[in-house]
Amino acid sequence: MSSKNLFQKVWEAHTVGTLSNEQTQLFVGRHLIHEVTSPQAFGMLREKNLSVRYPERTFATVDHIVPTNESSEPYSDSLADAMIKELRKNCDETGITFFDVGSGMQGIVHVVGPEQGLTQPGMTIACGDSHTSTHGAFGAIAFGVGTSQVRDLLATQTMALNPLKVRRIEVNGKLEPGVYAKDVILHIIRKLGVNGGTGFAYEYGGTVFDGFSMEERMTACNMSIEGGARVGYVNPDEKTFDYLKGRPYAPEDKDWDSSVQVWRDFASDEGCSYDDVVSIDAGEISPTVTWGINPAQAVSIDESIPSVSEVNPSDQESVREALEYMQLEGGTPIKGIPIDVAFIGSCTNGRLSDLEEVASRIHGKKVKEGVKAIVVPGSQIVSKLAQQRGLDKVFIEAGFEWRNAGCSMCLAMNPDKLIGDQLCASSSNRNFKGRQGSPTGRTMLMSPTMVAAAAICGVVTDSRQIFNS
Amino acid sequence: MALAKITEVTGKGICVLGDDIDTDRIIPARFMKCVTFDGLGEYLFHDVRFDEDGKPKVHSLNDPAYQNASIIISGANFGCGSSREHAPQSIYRAGFRAIIAGNFAEIFFGNSINLGMPCLSMNEANRKKLSDLVIGNPDAVLKIDLIECKLRSENLVFPFTLNEGARDSLIRGMWDPLDELIEANSEIERVSRTLNYT
Ligand code: SF4
Repeated sequence: MSSKNLFQKVWEAHTVGTLSNEQTQLFVGRHLIHEVTSPQAFGMLREKNLSVRYPERTFATVDHIVPTNESSEPYSDSLADAMIKELRKNCDETGITFFDVGSGMQGIVHVVGPEQGLTQPGMTIACGDSHTSTHGAFGAIAFGVGTSQVRDLLATQTMALNPLKVRRIEVNGKLEPGVYAKDVILHIIRKLGVNGGTGFAYEYGGTVFDGFSMEERMTACNMSIEGGARVGYVNPDEKTFDYLKGRPYAPEDKDWDSSVQVWRDFASDEGCSYDDVVSIDAGEISPTVTWGINPAQAVSIDESIPSVSEVNPSDQESVREALEYMQLEGGTPIKGIPIDVAFIGSCTNGRLSDLEEVASRIHGKKVKEGVKAIVVPGSQIVSKLAQQRGLDKVFIEAGFEWRNAGCSMCLAMNPDKLIGDQLCASSSNRNFKGRQGSPTGRTMLMSPTMVAAAAICGVVTDSRQIFNS
Repeated sequence: MALAKITEVTGKGICVLGDDIDTDRIIPARFMKCVTFDGLGEYLFHDVRFDEDGKPKVHSLNDPAYQNASIIISGANFGCGSSREHAPQSIYRAGFRAIIAGNFAEIFFGNSINLGMPCLSMNEANRKKLSDLVIGNPDAVLKIDLIECKLRSENLVFPFTLNEGARDSLIRGMWDPLDELIEANSEIERVSRTLNYT
């Protein structure tokens, strides 16, 4: 038998057949839904008189529009309120499990899935959200899909897809202190470009990924889509199994050992082939910050923002557009650029370890006057665990607002938004024009620790210098 | 329900210039608060078309010369960003029936084909020539021929490419896969039973 990579094995195990247009009909074992991209799909099902085929394979939560500073319904935004009620009704009618706001388990769908143990190795997972790639951290093949596919999945638990090629990205060596998983993925995107991953699944490996915690792997897999790769994954190992053990939806005692065996077998075989391999030296990665309007427009903290004249002719137009939008001058050092808002949260960096890492560094420091700084835990469980450890107090003491779980300012479909052309140091994953709610708002992506450093200094700062790491 | 066989798209063009037109630009997130897609056409490219007071800015979509355009011509990496189907839905509901760009983000491409809206890739030189033609004569009729993979207008011919599977499903009227997926019912059940998880 020839050796295979994880992607090929999972794909084969879930293939139902080949469609007349040559696409694969792929079985999706776990389907996650949220309030923004599912109501239209339920509507389409009703129109066609179809029912939900396997309600036990779909799980729901609310995250995108849920307000983070109001806890009782009806919410002041009546459209948001209506969407949440619609999801509740759809789940009630179809028997889909819903981690509702009152459950104590609500949160960003990509935080909730792993936390509940719903995300496991060797699975196919889909969700109507592009950051579904996060779940690949467990060795699952996880796709972001559109609403028509949400409809297809509800009706048949399958969808039509073209197979992907697989690129292995190896990061070997040792990361310098103060360099995080966020910097690794920003660096990868910067190197390979925002559409370098088109048509590929990214398999991340090497000593750096082996050494990463599950939460760090999630941060990196989360942003695969920003590099154009629809899927990103890490092969499952002991860390994966340890993380899952005892979680509510993980296999129980008698099934545990056999499940671990099955999971182990899904990992890429030694010596298997890839369509492409890229190697990156961990030593070349520094704290990385975006200066532009796509996540590849990034520099390390010691560098200057590029000027139009120094980039390839084919990039000049986009660099010009980005500099103009960001109101930045090419050639200026990234360090020292003033910020107005600091946001720690999102499915990229809103987990317990992110909050712990920042809290351990900001003791005795204060957010600069005039900077609005908010911390939004990725889920109610993250929030509860953080509070048990007293992290909320550390943040509040330092001048951050402590909010309820949700997507918050990552995409600002809720009251948390930038105003005018405010510049936000953000631990989220997208810096597109208008992403954070104001059509002229500006976003700089960085690690949560770098966001905290910027909040404290009021300007983009090398966190290693102020936190002595 | 049989779907229309899409072998050609005929209409006027409109240029939305620039590379990396992302889904947040196509439909800003705040307009995604809707339980159906019905009203989305109105908000297409909202923030680049209107200023903060809602007054129209200079943008081809606000230009009366392109009022009835149904084919968008744009740059590279069109539709990058989020998986939101709201983006192609808002384009479709604003009356567009085809998009021509350098290339497309994968999820956006798939979502558009599922709506029966072809996304055609054309090289930069031809795109430039085509944009010049449309800007010079907004009333020029563009005829997209999906059988021959050629766009024709005013005696000019512009070749384009379209992924073979997508092209095939459009011209056979099979662009929405749902019926075919449902047909595989017993195979679906078989795969479901082989998995070690529910
Ligand atoms: S946190 Fe941001 S990227 Fe993640 S699911 Fe929410 S809106 Fe999407």
